[in-house]
Amino acid sequence: MSTTATATTTTTTPTIANPTNRRRAVITIVSDTEVRITREFDAPARLVFAASTRPEHMARWYGCSEMKMFACEIDLRPGGAYHWALRSADGSEHHFRGVYKTVQAPTHMVYTEAYLLGDTWTNDAVNDVTMEERDGKTLLTVRLIYASKADRDGHLGSGMENGMHETHARLDGLLAELARAEA
Amino acid sequence: MARTATTTDVFAAVAEPRRREILELLAPGEQPVNEVARLLHLTQPQASKHLRVLKEVGLVHVREAGQQRFYSVNGRALEPIHAWSSRFEAYWNDRFDRLDDLLEELKSRKEEGDPP
Repeated sequence: MSTTATATTTTTTPTIANPTNRRRAVITIVSDTEVRITREFDAPARLVFAASTRPEHMARWYGCSEMKMFACEIDLRPGGAYHWALRSADGSEHHFRGVYKTVQAPTHMVYTEAYLLGDTWTNDAVNDVTMEERDGKTLLTVRLIYASKADRDGHLGSGMENGMHETHARLDGLLAELARAEA
Repeated sequence: MARTATTTDVFAAVAEPRRREILELLAPGEQPVNEVARLLHLTQPQASKHLRVLKEVGLVHVREAGQQRFYSVNGRALEPIHAWSSRFEAYWNDRFDRLDDLLEELKSRKEEGDPP
């Protein structure tokens, strides 16, 4: 059953550099094995694609406020591998790796993603990313597809055991919405 | 008989998709078990079983009125999950905000004739 976790802001005011009214990502639980994240950007698809595939660009945004990307190797072609790594303030490292399955600049890419948990890699999830451009804006859709419900639940469990690793918290945004409704 | 993890842990209780559907259904207001079963195409025993699990972990309240039992969501019990999922949302929003900034920079570079 499909449920939307977060309403998008409907603001259509053109954004300028460092806009104060930020757009919001929409997180949808599509099924037991799929989570979808969508977000609109005020830029053409080729720039969103470049920002998502060039290491010098990825390093600028793919971390988070608590974790910086310190390694980013990308072999952008079908069958090409990547390795991304983030480091948090306490020095702990978070490694991701996978292989590109589809590379269709600037509208579509598919790649596998595994996360290093302790000394073993998690099962591959498939990330299916599309960039749809309209009127100079681009709708980015990231589909996180797990091999099984157990994988998703495993991610859920590991996130809890490890202090809810933000990078791997595969969640039910629905529940956030419920909690807000009840708050 | 030992209690299963499902009945002791809020996170495990909501890992079951049917139970999430029930919580969603109950979010706007209380419902009797037969309505939960009807709206979600469950048998009444199935609905009762899921509701019992949700009740055991404190995710739903029960109000008895005559022959019927009305179930409603207990928002406070959802707080740990809310905190967790909020972090997921915050993570992606934070990340995309920085992508916004980068894209603005790339757009202006393009205008300067310096392709990204």
